[in-house]
Amino acid sequence: MLHMLEHVFVEQSLVAAFAVIGGLMLVSHVIGKRLTGGRVHGSAIAIVLGLVLAYCGGLATGGKRGLADIPALAGIGLMGGAMLRDFAIVATAFEVDVIEARRAGLLGVVALALGTVLPFLVGTLTAVAFGYHDAVSITTIGAGAITYIVGPVTGAALGADSTVMALSIATGVTKAVMVMVGTPLVARLIGLDNPRSAMAYGGLMGTVSGVAGGLAATDPKLVPYGALTATFHTGIGCLVGPSLLFLIVRALVG
Amino acid sequence: MTILGVALLALCTLIGVFLGDLLGVLLNVKANVGGVGIAMMLLIAARVWLVRHNRLGHATKLGVEFWASMYIPIVVAMAAQQNVVAAVSGGPIVIIAAVGSVLLCFAATALLGRIGGRPAQDSADIEHAGAVIAGDAEAPSPVRPTTAMRR
Repeated sequence: MLHMLEHVFVEQSLVAAFAVIGGLMLVSHVIGKRLTGGRVHGSAIAIVLGLVLAYCGGLATGGKRGLADIPALAGIGLMGGAMLRDFAIVATAFEVDVIEARRAGLLGVVALALGTVLPFLVGTLTAVAFGYHDAVSITTIGAGAITYIVGPVTGAALGADSTVMALSIATGVTKAVMVMVGTPLVARLIGLDNPRSAMAYGGLMGTVSGVAGGLAATDPKLVPYGALTATFHTGIGCLVGPSLLFLIVRALVG
Repeated sequence: MTILGVALLALCTLIGVFLGDLLGVLLNVKANVGGVGIAMMLLIAARVWLVRHNRLGHATKLGVEFWASMYIPIVVAMAAQQNVVAAVSGGPIVIIAAVGSVLLCFAATALLGRIGGRPAQDSADIEHAGAVIAGDAEAPSPVRPTTAMRR
């Protein structure tokens, strides 16, 4: 009986994922309304629950893809994978207020530049503080603080050590998780409540998964503005990480 | 036809991602440069064109807005497949680098967001957009402000 049920889940993986995530959303909205009196957004609770489940899944299977490594829940990997995620992000652009987006264009560019330099600076300084002295390792760890894709791309281009690469990826993943969880908590404090600040936020935080999760948990109407700038972040990081930023670090540490 | 909206969305995404890959090759980068962002701009342009020529039908709109309203569930599914174990067990260097850069960027957001003053009151369109993406919109018409949940 149980075996047959599992068989259905494996065979209908994407459909099963819709049902499971739908159930998770329902539970989260009930928790948000009943237990927090509507103070915490249901989506925020759903995202945190998703991360907790990913942790449990990771412990249970020893894999790298959280719940999606459990065969019966493999559909979550497809539903939350890059293909459908990007498809849904593009769809949100249909709702963008063109005038507002254009007005904040320059701000977005400034935010993108700062969002690349600031995390890199923090990452490199941390690496130096922990005793890394070679330019390649320092740059790779710094690049990981930009996003978890920039880290390994930079590391691979520079020929970094595999332990340094792992550190770099872990830094990026931790950043993404922190952005998802932290954004709704600090949103009011940093004035994240209008399209203009959402574009600045997207460029600064960068990590698409972090921004996607953080804005969804904070205020859905800000999603397209943040996503618009955030999607340029990884590409720019991959562009300057192994080139400009590496050359600067090498010039400084010799 | 609803499929036309979905197909428009798919076409914009494909072209955008292709252009992003092309930009990556031109810049000699091993990554897609802004493909999704380009796709978003294409979709915005397509919408403006369709509205101007009065060709944006209810069904076409539904095809795109359905996927916009699936955004949050998809993000939840994305959260459920993150490598949280690696993030939690990364050690001090990972925690310090991540926490430091996130806090610094939050502060910079606060600073940048204030430049140029606060924008005027949100328009009904932006409110409606929020309702669509939250999956709460009752009818896909942007005329009236939706009084959907949220605080």
